[in-house]
Amino acid sequence: MNSDKQLMSKAKIVVVGNGMVGHHFVEEMAKNSDYQITVLSAESRLAYDRVYLSSYFSGKTADDLALTTPEHYDDLGVLFKTNAKVTNIDKSAKVVTTEGGDSFEYDKLILATGSYPFVPPIPGGDVEHSLVYRTIDDLEAIQASANVSKVGVVIGGGLLGLEAAKAVKELGLETHVVEFAPQLMAVQVDGGGGRLLKTKIEELGVQVHTSKATNEIVAGDKHRYKLCFSDGTELETDLILFSAGIRPYDNLAREFDLEIGTRGGIVIDNQCKTSDADIYAIGECALWNNFIYGLVAPGYNMAKVAVKDICGEAAEFTGADMSTKLKLMGVEVGSIGDAHGKTAGALTYTYENQPEGVYKKIVVSSDKTKMLGAVLIGDTAEYDSLLQYMLNAIDLPEAPEGLILPMAGDKPTLGVDALPDTATICSCHNVTKGDIIASIDAGAMTVSDVKSCTKAGSGCGGCAALVKSVADNEFEKRGVEVKKDICEHFAYSRKELFDIVSVEKIKTFDELLSSHGRGLGCEICKPVAGSVLASVWNDYILKKPHLSLQDTNDTYLGNMQKDGTYSVVPRIAGGEITPDKLIVLGEVAKKYNLYTKITGGARVDLFGARVEQLPPIWKELVDAGFETGHAYGKSLRTVKSCVGSTWCRYGVQDSMTMAIDLEHRYKGLRAPHKIKFGVSGCTRECAEAQGKDIGIIATENGWNLFVGGNGGMKPRHGDLFATDLDDETLVKYVDRILMFYVQTGDRLQRTSVWMDNLEGGLAYLQDVIMKDSLGINAVLEEQMTAIVGSYQCEWKTTIEDPEALKRFKPFVNSDKVDSNIQFVTEREQIRPARGQEKIAVKLIEMTKVEAEEVEA
Amino acid sequence: MSLSKETQVTTDKSWRTICNASDLVKDSGISALLLKDGSEANSAGEDEQIAIFHIPNSEEKIYAVGNYDPIGKANVLYRGLVGCIDDEPVVASPLYKQHFSLKTGDCLQEEQSIAVYDIRIENEQVQVFY
Ligand code: SRM
Ligand SMILES: Cc1cc2nc3c(=O)[nH]c(=O)nc-3n(C[C@H](O)[C@H](O)[C@H](O)COP(=O)(O)OP(=O)(O)OC[C@H]3O[C@@H](n4cnc5c(N)ncnc54)[C@H](O)[C@@H]3O)c2cc1C
Ligand code: SF4
Ligand code: FES
Repeated sequence: MNSDKQLMSKAKIVVVGNGMVGHHFVEEMAKNSDYQITVLSAESRLAYDRVYLSSYFSGKTADDLALTTPEHYDDLGVLFKTNAKVTNIDKSAKVVTTEGGDSFEYDKLILATGSYPFVPPIPGGDVEHSLVYRTIDDLEAIQASANVSKVGVVIGGGLLGLEAAKAVKELGLETHVVEFAPQLMAVQVDGGGGRLLKTKIEELGVQVHTSKATNEIVAGDKHRYKLCFSDGTELETDLILFSAGIRPYDNLAREFDLEIGTRGGIVIDNQCKTSDADIYAIGECALWNNFIYGLVAPGYNMAKVAVKDICGEAAEFTGADMSTKLKLMGVEVGSIGDAHGKTAGALTYTYENQPEGVYKKIVVSSDKTKMLGAVLIGDTAEYDSLLQYMLNAIDLPEAPEGLILPMAGDKPTLGVDALPDTATICSCHNVTKGDIIASIDAGAMTVSDVKSCTKAGSGCGGCAALVKSVADNEFEKRGVEVKKDICEHFAYSRKELFDIVSVEKIKTFDELLSSHGRGLGCEICKPVAGSVLASVWNDYILKKPHLSLQDTNDTYLGNMQKDGTYSVVPRIAGGEITPDKLIVLGEVAKKYNLYTKITGGARVDLFGARVEQLPPIWKELVDAGFETGHAYGKSLRTVKSCVGSTWCRYGVQDSMTMAIDLEHRYKGLRAPHKIKFGVSGCTRECAEAQGKDIGIIATENGWNLFVGGNGGMKPRHGDLFATDLDDETLVKYVDRILMFYVQTGDRLQRTSVWMDNLEGGLAYLQDVIMKDSLGINAVLEEQMTAIVGSYQCEWKTTIEDPEALKRFKPFVNSDKVDSNIQFVTEREQIRPARGQEKIAVKLIEMTKVEAEEVEA
Repeated sequence: MSLSKETQVTTDKSWRTICNASDLVKDSGISALLLKDGSEANSAGEDEQIAIFHIPNSEEKIYAVGNYDPIGKANVLYRGLVGCIDDEPVVASPLYKQHFSLKTGDCLQEEQSIAVYDIRIENEQVQVFY
C-alpha cells in the first residue's frame, strides 16, 4: 500500500456518521488516494441498508443488510471506529473528539449524522415499551418487546409509519396505525389516494385511525397501556411505536456555531459546505435551500458533490427529485413530483376503480404538454414512464389521460428509445441512460454486467425493470442475442423446452431431438429433457425411452460415491420414524455392511452399496414399508420438521403432521433442481424453515409461508410470501408456486436464484399466485393434482421389473464384482480404501445370497 | 444369460463374443469383462473391464472403451451419459463429467485418455477384438 512518508503527507478527512450517505461518501472519496479517511460511527456497527430495514423482520439479518465490512474498509485504506460518537469540534485547531475521549485531526470534516425519529412529547409517553424505528438496535428492541406483547400501535401514518406497521404485523401482533392528519401518507399522496390506501391497508388486517391526536398515555386495563385521544376515544395496546417524523442530527452544528436553519438542519451551499469552509454536511442532517431531503438518493448526490469539491473539481448540488415508488404491506404506491397539484395552473386527470382498489392521478401543466406529477395506488405499472415524462420534460401525447386509463390496446407507450441519453434511469446512483450505454460500449455483455459496472439498481431496486429494458434495447440494437440455449443441441431455454413438450404433447427425447434439436444430445440436455418429461407426464423414469436420459444417480436410483458405489436413502417423512423401522435400517446396514450416518437432512443414509447390491437392499427396505427418498433426484428431498405443538411446550401448530402431509404430497415431483421444505411449530424456528425452498412457520392463526430460502453455497433466507394461512390455502399456494417454478425455472436453478431472477420479484410472484394475474392457477393446480395422483415409488417399480433389474448386473458377461471397490475399517464402520491402501486382488466371486434373492 | 468364454488357449487377438445384441441398451452403456485365461490376465491377475455403448443414430452405432475413469479413479464410465460434442460421440464421466471421445478415447478437457477397442455386431452377437 502506501509508504509511511506518503501517509504522513496525506490530507486528513474525518467523516462523522457512517449511515448510508456517510458510507457512500467514503466509497467515492477512497477512489482518490491522496487523502487519509477516518470514519467515526456512533452506532455499534458499520454502515447498513436503512432503506431495507424492514426486511429484517422477514428474515434478513444484520449481515445481510450490511453495506460494508471492516475488511472492505481495510482494503480501501479507510480507518474507522464504531461506538465513537463525536461530541466536540474544535474548529480552530481542526480537531474532533469522541464521547470516549479520542481526538482526531482533520483537514476537511464531513458531517453525515443523518436524523433521528421525532417522539412527540405526549404525557405518559416515556414508558418501557415505547419504541422508535430507525436502527438495527431499534429493531432488536421491537422484536424483544413484541415477544411479550399482543397488540401494537404505530403513531404516525406516513411512509415510515406504514412500514413500521407492516413490521409489527409480521411480528404477529394485532396492529393499529394512529394518524393525526385526516389521511395516510399526506406528504406523498392526495386525499383520494389516501382514502383508497386506507381501505387497502385495512383489508390487510391493520386498523387505521385517522384524525386522532393522542393527548395522554396511561396504564391500560386489558393491555399494558391506554392511548387517550382528544376526541374522547381510547385505544389499548402493549407496544407503542413512534413514527411521527424525523429531525436532523444537527446538535454538533448547534453547539459549535455552524449555521442552522430556523427549524433545524445544518445549512449548506451548492457545494455542500457549511458556514465553515472546511466542514461539509451531507445527507439527512443537511439543509439545502431550506429543504431537508429524507431520501437516500439526494444524499448520495450530496456525497458525490462534496467529494468532487474536495478534489477541486467543479460540482453542484441543485436539488433532487422526491418521487417514490414502494410497496407498503403489499399495496403498490407511487408518488411523482408535484403530487398535490400545487403548481400554478396545474390540471389533473384522475382514474379511480374502487372494486379493484386502483387509484391513479396525473398532474399536467396548464397547456397539457408537460407532466408535473402523479399519484398511483394499487397499480404502479406506469410509474417508470410517467417519471421519465416528468424528469425529461418529454412532450405529452395528445390525450394525456390515455397514460393512466386501462384501455389496453391503444395506450401510448413510452419506448426506452424515446428517452434522451441524459435521462436518469437509476436515481439512487444517479445513472443515466448514457451511462448504461457507455458501460455496454466498455464491454458489458449482460444486464447483470451493466448493473455491476454502473451500480444501477443496487439502491432501492425500484429501477430494475427499466435498467433491464434500456440495456436489452441497447443489446438488441447491436445485434447481441441474449442467449439462453441450454447446450449445443437445443437452441432453447429450459422453460421453452417445457412449453414445447407440453404444447406439442411430446413424450420422448427422440421425438424432441428430431423435431427441435440436433446431434445426439449430451449430459446437459438429456437430464433436462428427462426432468421436463417427468414433470409433464410423470412416467416411471426408468421406462425404456427415458432410461438413457437420466444421470447415473437417477438411473441407479442412488447417489454415486467417489469409488463408484452408491448411497441408499429411504424417505423418512418429516424425520419421524418408528423404532421398528429404525431397527430394519440397522439390520439392513449390518447385513450388507454399509456405512451408516444421520444426514444433514434429518434422515439416515447407508453408504457403500455396489450396483448389484442395490436391488436386494431396496427389496428388504420396500418390504419393511420404506420408499425411495429421492436423494438422487432433482425433486423433493426432505421436509424437515420440529415436533411442534404435539410435544413442544411452545408449539402453536402441529408442524409434524403438516410436514409429513406435505412430504407425501410432493414426493417424486421432478423440478429444475432439488427442493427442500422446512416446517416449524413456532417462531423459534427449530426446523430452520427460512433456509429452505419452501419454509412454513406456525403462527397463532395458521401458517406463515416463506419462499426461496437456500442453504448450500450461497445461503439465502426465504421471502415472507403470505401470513396466517389456513391448511387448505397453504397447500393451494404451495401447489401453484412449485408448479410455476417447475415450468419456468432454469436448469439447475434453485428457487432462491429463481426468485432473485424473477422479473418483478416477490411482488410479481404474489400477484401470480394469490391474484392469478396470469390466469394460470387453474392449470397449475390441475397439473399438480395429476402429478400427485400418479406418484409411484421408483424403487418398488424397479424391483418388480426384471427388465429394469438387468441394469444392476455388474457385468453383462460375468457375475464377478468390481475388485477396485475396497473398504477399510474406521470407527467400527467401513470407508473407501484410499489409493495406497488398495490391494491388487482378483475379482471376488459375488456372494450368491444376494444374487439369488433378486433373481427370485 | 449367455456367457461365452473362449475355450482354446491362445495369445493371438481375435473377435470374441461378449454378449447378445439384445443385451445392449439403446443410447446407453453396459459393462463387460474381457475374460482371459490365466496366462493372459494382466499382472494383477485381473480381467479388463470395458464399457460398451450402443448409439444407433451415430456413425459407428456401437463403441467399446475402457471402463476405468482415470480422473475419478473408479470403474464407472459405462454409467455415464452419452451424446456428442461438436459431432464427436462422447461419454461424460458420471463422477466429474469430463467427456471422453468414444472414437479415440481422448478426454476433451484434460490430458488423459482411455483405451478403445474394436467392436462389431455379427449375427446378433456383440464381438470385441482382443
Ligand atoms: C448426505 C448429505 C450430507 C450428510 O452426510 O449429511 C448430502 C450429500 C450430498 N449433497 Fe448435500 N447432502 C446433505 C444435505 C444437504 C443440506 C442440508 C439440508 O438439506 O438441510 C444442504 C444445504 C441446504 C440446501 O440444499 O439449501 C446441502 C446442500 C448441497 C448442495 C448445494 C446446493 C445449493 O443450492 O447451493 C449440493 C450441490 C448441488 O446440489 O448442486 C449438494 C450435493 C450433495 C451430493 C449430492 C454431492 C454429490 O453429487 O455427491 C452429496 C451426495 C448425497 C448422497 O450420497 O446421498 N448438497 N446438502 C445430506 C443428505 C440429506 C438428505 O437426507 O437427503
Ligand atoms: C425504515 C426506513 C425506511 C426507509 N425507506 C426509504 C426508501 O424507501 N427510500 C429512500 O430513499 N429512503 C428511505 N429511508 C430514508 C433513508 O434511510 C435515509 O434517507 C438515509 O439513511 C439517510 O442517510 P444518512 O447517512 O444521511 O443518515 P443515517 O443513515 O441516519 O446515518 C447517520 C449516522 O450517523 C450517526 N451519528 C449521528 N450523530 C453522530 C455523532 N455525533 N457522531 C458519530 N456518529 C453520529 C448515526 O448514529 C447514524 O448511524 C428510510 C428510512 C427508514 C428508517
Ligand atoms: S458438503 Fe460437500 S462433501 Fe459434504 S456431503 Fe455435501 S457435497 Fe459432500
Ligand atoms: S433507483 Fe433506486 S436502485 Fe435505481
